Amino acid sequence: MQSNWSGCWALFIKEVRRFYSVVVQTVFAPIVATLLYLLVFGHVLETKIETYASVSYSQFLIPGLVMMAILQNAFSNTSSSLIQSKMHGNLSFVLLSPISAFEFYVAFVLASVVRGVIVGLGILIIGVVGFDLTWQSPLWVLVFAVLSAAMMGGLGMLAGIISDKYDHLAAFQNFVIMPLTFLSGVFYSIHALPEFWQQLSYFNPFFYMVDGFRYGFFEQSDVSVYLSLLVTIVFLTIVSSINLILLRKGVKIRQ
Amino acid sequence: MSHVPAVRFQHVKKQYGELSALKGISFDVEEGAFFGLLGPNGAGKSTLINAMSGLVIPTSGRIEIQGHDVIADYRQTRRLLGLVPQELIADPFFSIRELLDLQSGYFGLKGPKQRAWVGELLERLALSDKSDSNTGQLSGGMKRRVLIAMALVHRPRVLVLDEPTAGVDVDLRRTLWDFTKELHQQGHTIILTTHYLEEAEALCDKVAIMQEGEVKALDTTQSLLSKHSYRYLRVTLAQPAQTLTPPLEERLVEREPNGLVFKLEKTMSLTQLLAWLSEAQLEIEDISSRDASLEEVFLDLTAEGKSNAE
Repeated sequence: MQSNWSGCWALFIKEVRRFYSVVVQTVFAPIVATLLYLLVFGHVLETKIETYASVSYSQFLIPGLVMMAILQNAFSNTSSSLIQSKMHGNLSFVLLSPISAFEFYVAFVLASVVRGVIVGLGILIIGVVGFDLTWQSPLWVLVFAVLSAAMMGGLGMLAGIISDKYDHLAAFQNFVIMPLTFLSGVFYSIHALPEFWQQLSYFNPFFYMVDGFRYGFFEQSDVSVYLSLLVTIVFLTIVSSINLILLRKGVKIRQ
Repeated sequence: MSHVPAVRFQHVKKQYGELSALKGISFDVEEGAFFGLLGPNGAGKSTLINAMSGLVIPTSGRIEIQGHDVIADYRQTRRLLGLVPQELIADPFFSIRELLDLQSGYFGLKGPKQRAWVGELLERLALSDKSDSNTGQLSGGMKRRVLIAMALVHRPRVLVLDEPTAGVDVDLRRTLWDFTKELHQQGHTIILTTHYLEEAEALCDKVAIMQEGEVKALDTTQSLLSKHSYRYLRVTLAQPAQTLTPPLEERLVEREPNGLVFKLEKTMSLTQLLAWLSEAQLEIEDISSRDASLEEVFLDLTAEGKSNAE
């Protein structure tokens, strides 16, 4: 069957324009909120938490916060766009068009990557300018930023598909996404944790995304960067596969 | 070459848990038809339309648009079909023109020719001066027109209008009638669902009446009207009637200030009615006869369905 990549591109542009039309809420507000974390936690914990050799706590914290912002904003973009479209009914405009489930997925996820990366970049620029942060391996930074944002964009789509109302989505966000991001090593190295919590962290996929991303800055990490890459790719594949199955079957959107 | 209808439904079923929304619907809509899909609320009209346009996946059965299966060849069928949904949908993030441009983009349509077509749609539907307005802030009538423009953005051969005139004022209703008639004359196949049966009677050349997920009647509008086994007689009286004899009482459907309306079997002669009126000592001033309207046919058919179900 022939493809419709120009339709996919139009949907991607629509999704980017959607968040850009409320840029204060979707880009500037998360940047400011994350910088507040940096100011408060960085200042209070600067001398209290040991991280990697020759890396200050604030420098250690910034990549974690950047990744946290990427994860949360990529998730928000797809999930909120999808639930709003479902609630307003305008999702049918897209569903009536000759865009395949795969093209639909790609467009939404790419837009969430763009938003996640823009927010992350905003925080990163302040980190580089204000805290002498440098990146040793920019390629790893880019790879983890894009793959993690894509995984979270996919997870956001999954939440948007299965949620029937804003309340369901808020529950998913507050009881799944928030705890997993906060407990993923954003604020600390897991080696500083007691054994039990350390072991538990290995079951958190977000930990590998934060750890791999941080490796790109310091070339130091809690686990091998290749293991982090593998976990991220595996989760991205699982989330994408579930989404594509649901989209093809039309679960909760073509009913 | 074999004959290909505009739309073909083959044993289409849709099950929502225990509820059978569609119970094996099969019929064709011919190319170039102006087809009316009628039925009370919950009859399954919107489910059928949504299944045709891909918004609902049927539980079983097959739907073809110009010979293409709506599931297997969905790209072709969605290019062939435009749907004006019943709900007044808007997208609060975009203006009318932006929405039409985006919708064109979903179909891979761009360039000067498409821009000109979007401009023509805006002009034709009297939306030009509002084209930069946010769709979330439009009136109901405006939203309805935007939805029609959205459905036509890819120049579909088959246009489906789900209750297009619900909740719109008389002027706009007339404009929409004229517009759909014009589209029909240009060769589009039009499928219309409506609660206004006078609308279906005036516009549609063929009608399907649905009830509880089944097609109760399917025929040309004229044939449906002529097949109806009753006619209506309005008798104007010099004096209001106080009491009626049993045969008249049985056939009385409406009592007016200066007259009575009777529903008579077409097989019954007028002489018989006149005899009963004479027996009742009623002084007749005038008498007029008419065939059943589509509304009356519809009410009879759906009432039969209900009583059979009971």
